[in-house]
Amino acid sequence: MNNEVYIKIENLTKTFGPVVANNNVSLEVRKGEIHALLGENGSGKSTLMNMLSGIYTPDSGAIYIKGKKVSFRNPKDSMALGIGMIHQHFKLVEVLTAKENIIAGQKGTFFIGSRKLSQKIRDISDRYGLAVDPDKKVYNMSVGEKQTVEILKVLYRGAEILILDEPTAVLTPQETQSLFNILRKMRQAGCSIIIITHKLNEVMEISDRITVLRKGETFGTVNKTDTSANELTNLMVGRAVDLSINRVEKKNDSTILKVKELTVTDEENVKALNTVSFTLDSGEILGVAGVAGSGQKELCETIAGLYPVASGVIEYNDENIVGKNPRDIIKMGISMSFIPEDRLGMGLIASMGMVDNMILKEYQNQKGLFIEKKTAKNLSQKLVEKLDINTPGIYHPVRQLSGGNIQKVLLGREIESNPHLLITAYPVRGLDINASYTIYDLLNEQKEKGVGILFIGEDLDVLMELCDRIMVLCNGEVTGIVDAANVTKEQLGLMMAGEKWEDVIGRGA
Amino acid sequence: MFRVVKRTDLTRRKSATFRLLAILAALVTSGVFLMLLGFNPLKVYVSMLDGSFGSAYRFKEAIIKTVPLVVTSLGIAVAFRMKFWNIGAEGQIIMGAFGATYFALFFNQLPAVVLIPLMMLAAIVAGGLWAFIPAFFKAHFGTNETLFTLMMNYIALKWINYLQYGPWKDPKALGFGKIAMFKDNALMPKLFGIHMGWVLAVILVVIMYIFINKTKRGYEIQVIGESENTARYAGMNVKKIILSSLFLSGAICGLVGMFQVSGVNGTLTYQVAGGVGYTAIITTWLAGLSAPVIVIVCFLFAVLQQGGTFIQTAFQIPASAAQLIQGLILFFVLGSEFFVQYRLIIRDGKNPEKVKEAA
Amino acid sequence: MEAFLSVLTFVLIDAIKAGTPLLFATLGEIFAEKVGNLNLGVEGMMLMGAVMGFSVGLSTGSPLLGVLAALAAGACGALVFAFLTITLRANQIVSGLSLTIFGTGFSSFVGQKLVGEALPESIKSVFKAIKIPALSEIPVIGPALFNQDILVYAGYIVAVVSGIYLYRTRTGLNLRTVGENPGAADTAGINITLYKYIHILLGGAFAGLGGGYLSLVAVPSWQDAVTGGRGWIAVALVIFVTWNPYKSMLGAYFFGGLSILGLYLQSHSPIPQSIFDMLPYLATIFVLVMISLKKSKENCAPKALGEPYFREDR
Repeated sequence: MNNEVYIKIENLTKTFGPVVANNNVSLEVRKGEIHALLGENGSGKSTLMNMLSGIYTPDSGAIYIKGKKVSFRNPKDSMALGIGMIHQHFKLVEVLTAKENIIAGQKGTFFIGSRKLSQKIRDISDRYGLAVDPDKKVYNMSVGEKQTVEILKVLYRGAEILILDEPTAVLTPQETQSLFNILRKMRQAGCSIIIITHKLNEVMEISDRITVLRKGETFGTVNKTDTSANELTNLMVGRAVDLSINRVEKKNDSTILKVKELTVTDEENVKALNTVSFTLDSGEILGVAGVAGSGQKELCETIAGLYPVASGVIEYNDENIVGKNPRDIIKMGISMSFIPEDRLGMGLIASMGMVDNMILKEYQNQKGLFIEKKTAKNLSQKLVEKLDINTPGIYHPVRQLSGGNIQKVLLGREIESNPHLLITAYPVRGLDINASYTIYDLLNEQKEKGVGILFIGEDLDVLMELCDRIMVLCNGEVTGIVDAANVTKEQLGLMMAGEKWEDVIGRGA
Repeated sequence: MFRVVKRTDLTRRKSATFRLLAILAALVTSGVFLMLLGFNPLKVYVSMLDGSFGSAYRFKEAIIKTVPLVVTSLGIAVAFRMKFWNIGAEGQIIMGAFGATYFALFFNQLPAVVLIPLMMLAAIVAGGLWAFIPAFFKAHFGTNETLFTLMMNYIALKWINYLQYGPWKDPKALGFGKIAMFKDNALMPKLFGIHMGWVLAVILVVIMYIFINKTKRGYEIQVIGESENTARYAGMNVKKIILSSLFLSGAICGLVGMFQVSGVNGTLTYQVAGGVGYTAIITTWLAGLSAPVIVIVCFLFAVLQQGGTFIQTAFQIPASAAQLIQGLILFFVLGSEFFVQYRLIIRDGKNPEKVKEAA
Repeated sequence: MEAFLSVLTFVLIDAIKAGTPLLFATLGEIFAEKVGNLNLGVEGMMLMGAVMGFSVGLSTGSPLLGVLAALAAGACGALVFAFLTITLRANQIVSGLSLTIFGTGFSSFVGQKLVGEALPESIKSVFKAIKIPALSEIPVIGPALFNQDILVYAGYIVAVVSGIYLYRTRTGLNLRTVGENPGAADTAGINITLYKYIHILLGGAFAGLGGGYLSLVAVPSWQDAVTGGRGWIAVALVIFVTWNPYKSMLGAYFFGGLSILGLYLQSHSPIPQSIFDMLPYLATIFVLVMISLKKSKENCAPKALGEPYFREDR
């Protein structure tokens, strides 16, 4: 490996209002290396990379590219120096073709119909093994294809430094492997690659050197060969943690939820859930694993009565609830909380305070025309104390709270409604480890009370430690329901990619 | 080099100051403009105020202009709360006027106590239905409501045009395209010399304030405006709420049509709304959708319009000058909104610490 | 039959004439909407263009200066809208409506001294119909399409050039990207603010030209509120032609034709003119509903239409 330094970042600081996202961050990236930027969600990785790609302007500090001090006014400046960013949320125009997306914003001939352009794109895709049809419209593409277009975009622009923000979050383990192959080819060609992630195993697999970010500050760079997953975890969280989550033993066996051959179709008539069947007992946590978009959201919404059922039965305490409206389902004691990627999309009203958010599901039980807020006010105060919610006041807009506190408000409200069935999707999304444990404890507390819990998660380690059983979804189909204690991560990965449990049993262990 | 940062700590007083400054800046700009035309701007402004406050009659005129703006704004605010961009108030007013006029013309044998409420009801239903149509398509198919409601305005306008020059033309008007004047039993009674609409407007302000802030339906409307998904999640019947609220929004605007034909003009013309529906969009927005603030903003607008008519006679400055000044004030106030929501930070290369502090 | 064909030709001639101001304004609004800004100030900008075009034409006697003044006046109106909505991030609907109020006031204020004035012969003669040899000999459509004034021809060219610009050039691609997904445009290094300003201004200039056509060519004397709501028809047309400059030609002449047809049939048909005047709006609603029913990804309003964009939002 070459030791030439491509990027040098010195003491960058960036604040958003009262939040310090990056504090005196320093980093060095060399030519021809894959450099992992490791940190928990909210540790400031994305902010740092957005500054490097010219989207944010740093408050203070300096960036050097190939030894020259630079200051980016916009993404164009950064691109001109060979930096290309691949965002976690694709920045593609749906109604345009791959080719049009690739050449948008680029200099070149005034007219864009020419063959040469398509040829140049094909050349690049051949060189790195990227398979994509230049004339395919983006809205017809799969997630993997869209990511390929994103990569092509920056390569076409002559990027020598690629920044990938959580590139594997939406990919199957198999797609991830092919992405890694592409990255290795690029490294050989002399590119520098920065990969932002919080997945330790991927870091150990692909990177050469690793820089750890914690709470907006850097804690040194290490060579992969000189470190271990354990050491990195310690750097990430700042102290040695016990990764294990208490698994409360399940007590009884009465079935609370029985889903039989459930099929739902989306607007384009594609089956979002395909003959899904499973059961859930009281006092059990059933985990749901799967690549993002495998039908998790539809499953949650269907049970909550928000998504139309094409066929199949959902029995709750032996009563079929298909066709009931969401209001009745809430009244029967089913609670659903879904933490979307922006954390606020569903379940909470961002601009309202805690009190108005507490009323959300309860107000319909009130009699008369007017709304009564006293109970909600008391409940808010109770939750603030019980869950240690950090807020300037119970009337303060929840939008302005930190992610952890927002999630505590949401989950707290759901639990306070004393549900018998709790569906929770991504409840620890974006939380630091301490806050995550608070949430796990809350769930276990509910489990002990005999609540049946359907837990949709991202992190396989957590699923394996917290849940009694894990159901794996792939493209809306159940590929297996397994005992959490008797499965490996690799097996789960294979099932997430579509292989059946019968086929992976005994493999990858 | 500037950097833009969102404010999180704005007091009500500060934001009021910004708006006042904007109005002041607009007055200075139009003052320069008036000066170029050879007028003394101060004198013009003073006489504009004189036009609204100079005599009991002028003040009444200002109130008569305020009433339709306030009521229409209240109607629009209901839709805007749901982020349903109803810019069809103009058409809803016209159709309300149409409904009221129908009864005024064809049921004029009824006594006033029956006829007036009947006309009001017809105005409410007609205005409500006119808003309900785009709402129906929005709720069921996601049809763009901004453009739909805009088109509905012109259909309503042409419809009245048709009636005025066609079937409803007064045969006694010697071939002029005009609809017959209402009989006395179809005219709204007056209180303190102004048609009863102002009393209803005051009552509506209170009702709408309570409706939005204290009732369950008001809460639902606010939740839908924030996120339809959240509303569905909480078990609300979103479609039903959108449809009924838009009916309400249109019905309130329709009521304005009734006020104008029965309280002000005594007949129907295709100019019955006269742009009130559009002006009210602006007043509603500037008032931040709040019912009490709507009253203030609408009154200021009415004073401006009334003043415009007055300076025409006093200075021979055409009334369109007032419209021009109105446009300028709008530009400045809309622009000032930026400084209410954001602040600029001057990037100081030598002193980074200071920047951090300011942020 | 022959009589029918000659009537048809006359109707077509007038339809195209009536459609030309709509065409300019529609093309202008397409540009504004394609970069993501819904400008409801078209009526105001048209009026500003109409009055400035007429006033400059009258005082200088130069048709060229008149047209330039109309373009500039429309662009000035658009500049205010652009500054408010882009730089100051104001609400687009409210800003557009304010612009219409301002423009209406401006035109009747400036125009009140011009009421009844007629343009000099030096201008009228330039805007007389010019026969294009050979092409104008084509039966029926020949005289309709190719025996028109110079600005009608300009309309053909502007529409086709706009289409090519939008769909076949790099800047066109960039501007579509801005209106569909400003985030993507930003990371691609496209200067969003610049693209928005330029195309909103261009749109305003076209709207001004549409107004200027009315006061300089169609009605060569000044009358107050000369546009008579054509700005709003242009807003409708943009939807009717699904944001496509090529189709906007057909749409504008069709809507122009509807307004003419009402006049022609006034005495002969049971359908009164007001009902004809209603048709463009009904047709637009029909298209609007069809777009939403089809749920297709193509032919839709630009995705980011009406939404402000700025980078450091978090």
